[in-house]
Amino acid sequence: MNVDILLPLMAAAVQSGTPILYATLGEILTEKSGVLNLGVEGMMMVGALGGFLAAHYTGSPFLGFLTAGLFGALVAVIHGSVCLVFQGNQVVSGLALTILGTNLANYLGTPHVGRAAPGFHSVVIPYLAEIPLLGPVLFRQDLLVYISYFMPILAWLFLKYTRWGLGLRAVGENPDAGSAAGLGALGYRWAGILTGGFLVGLGGGYLSLAYTHLWTNGLSAGRGWIAVALVIFAFWRPGRAVVGAYLFGGVMAFQLRLQATGTNLPSSLLLMLPYGLTVLVLVFSSWRGRGTEAPAMLGVNMEPMD
Amino acid sequence: MFGIKIMKKQEPSLWGSCFLFVGAVALSLGISGFLLGMRGNSPVGGIALLFKGAFGSRWALEDSLIKTIPIFLCSLGVAVTFRLQIWNIGAEGQFALGAVGATWLPLQFPGLPTALMLPGMLLIAMFTGGIWGMIPAVLKNRIRANEIIVTLMFNYLGTLFLEYLVYGPWKDPVSFGFPMTKQFSSNAVVGMIGHTRVNWGIVLCFLFGLAVWVFLRYSRLGFELKASGENVKAAKYAGLPYERLVILVMVFSGAMAGCAGFLEASANLNRLQPSIMVGYGYTAIVVAWLAQLNPLYIGIASYLLAGLKVGVENIQLELGVPAAFGGLMEGLILLTVLAGAFFTKYRISIRRKT
Repeated sequence: MNVDILLPLMAAAVQSGTPILYATLGEILTEKSGVLNLGVEGMMMVGALGGFLAAHYTGSPFLGFLTAGLFGALVAVIHGSVCLVFQGNQVVSGLALTILGTNLANYLGTPHVGRAAPGFHSVVIPYLAEIPLLGPVLFRQDLLVYISYFMPILAWLFLKYTRWGLGLRAVGENPDAGSAAGLGALGYRWAGILTGGFLVGLGGGYLSLAYTHLWTNGLSAGRGWIAVALVIFAFWRPGRAVVGAYLFGGVMAFQLRLQATGTNLPSSLLLMLPYGLTVLVLVFSSWRGRGTEAPAMLGVNMEPMD
Repeated sequence: MFGIKIMKKQEPSLWGSCFLFVGAVALSLGISGFLLGMRGNSPVGGIALLFKGAFGSRWALEDSLIKTIPIFLCSLGVAVTFRLQIWNIGAEGQFALGAVGATWLPLQFPGLPTALMLPGMLLIAMFTGGIWGMIPAVLKNRIRANEIIVTLMFNYLGTLFLEYLVYGPWKDPVSFGFPMTKQFSSNAVVGMIGHTRVNWGIVLCFLFGLAVWVFLRYSRLGFELKASGENVKAAKYAGLPYERLVILVMVFSGAMAGCAGFLEASANLNRLQPSIMVGYGYTAIVVAWLAQLNPLYIGIASYLLAGLKVGVENIQLELGVPAAFGGLMEGLILLTVLAGAFFTKYRISIRRKT
């Protein structure tokens, strides 16, 4: 394969990996606090719709992107209420959130199918874009991709070096220890859920505002679930999430290219690629990591006390 | 100052559960009505139309019963895995594989007599569905691969495989380009009971439901399953055959969903086509949890949620409400029940702090 084909493909991989990256980072923050939120797919869809509607009606893509995050966080509030306040099962609540979120977005979005919203377009960064190989792949993207480059670094710095990040991780390992410091165990879990939901919502916003620029039902097509799998692949580390997200972005971009070139392979088989790869990646990382990197209290509720 | 004191109740109350369920459904209906209002429909009128469509006539009641069959079978399997704290959300894909397996026989051997054809289709469907459930179980046992994600991905893979077949090798050459197989001849069609439109599959529901109830209540293995579900670590420590149980429940769940796929293809569509996938596998999860994983309650909850699906089809037709409205209500009901269960488990008192 020569460079003329490979570079555009890698650039497309970064673009289609970006929404998955936002979502994976979000879920990492949530899970680090000990809360498992399987509602990523639902939060992403509601974020995508919220972002689309805000941009469509206000004309501002920036406002749209922000709204996408807020809508994601809003859906996450439901998960927080059910699990932290009402002690509901985290797995079931997350599943319910996915069912609710995807259907709510499709329900409210149906009248808007095919409508366009002002979105983000690629901005060539002077000088950097001229770097051989890296330039065309990384620095001829849209603004939201550039923002996403900073996200894993910020998440890593936050978790590793800030007091709040330390508290968040402590609560995920042992709520009793965490409750002594700063926000209190419940506070940290709420913080994990809300910031996680916000980032996942941003990932959804990327889909409608930069990836398609228009609304279609079922826009996320399982990307939320891929993000949940990537958290395990990444061993809950922001840096590894980047690798996973671009890997999947690459497969999705590759599959679209193949379809566009009119290959003889049936599209249903091509569409299997990302889902099959998810299973493979999960098998690989479970075999390597044996799940020992998971926060110790992941998915376990804290019994209410007086 | 007042403080809130929360204490765990000794035993959850039955009346509380019933009250909770009604309250949760009412709240969900309220929110759904509000969402109908946002579209410009009358909230009360829309919900009334939904109920009329679901339970308002003999035709409607039959329709609900027809949809109860696949939901019940999928949910029964899902509930058994949930009992063991195995989060199988793969009923949708297992259903697809069952439908594919069942369809293979009449396409390959169209001339088989009914007495061989139907049992053969059932067994193949339960086998293919069971295999689709077993792979995630083996991966979980061997390398602790997260079963939630694997089963979910298997839903996408199973559904796409079904689509591949009906768009490709299994497509009826005279279907004018529609993605569907040839219509089954009558020897591959499960018949209807008497003068109703309800197929004999409902008998299978009773049999399997009863079998699960007896198994959980009276068998040693059923007891071990419940014990392992209560506390996985303790069960392993006590030497219970946890890994074999994981395989067992996942194969059973796959077989049940596969059986549902067979009945849908054979009795309702008389062929395989993509429209067979309407999300029964996901509804099954909602039903299993609402029914507290109890086979009898699953029967009741399946019928109610089947009615919801029929009712939503009705307002889809009459008011043009998007199909997603049904899933939206399912999600709402599950969330409200989940949150509301708090009040049956805990006692809350407000007292003056000193």
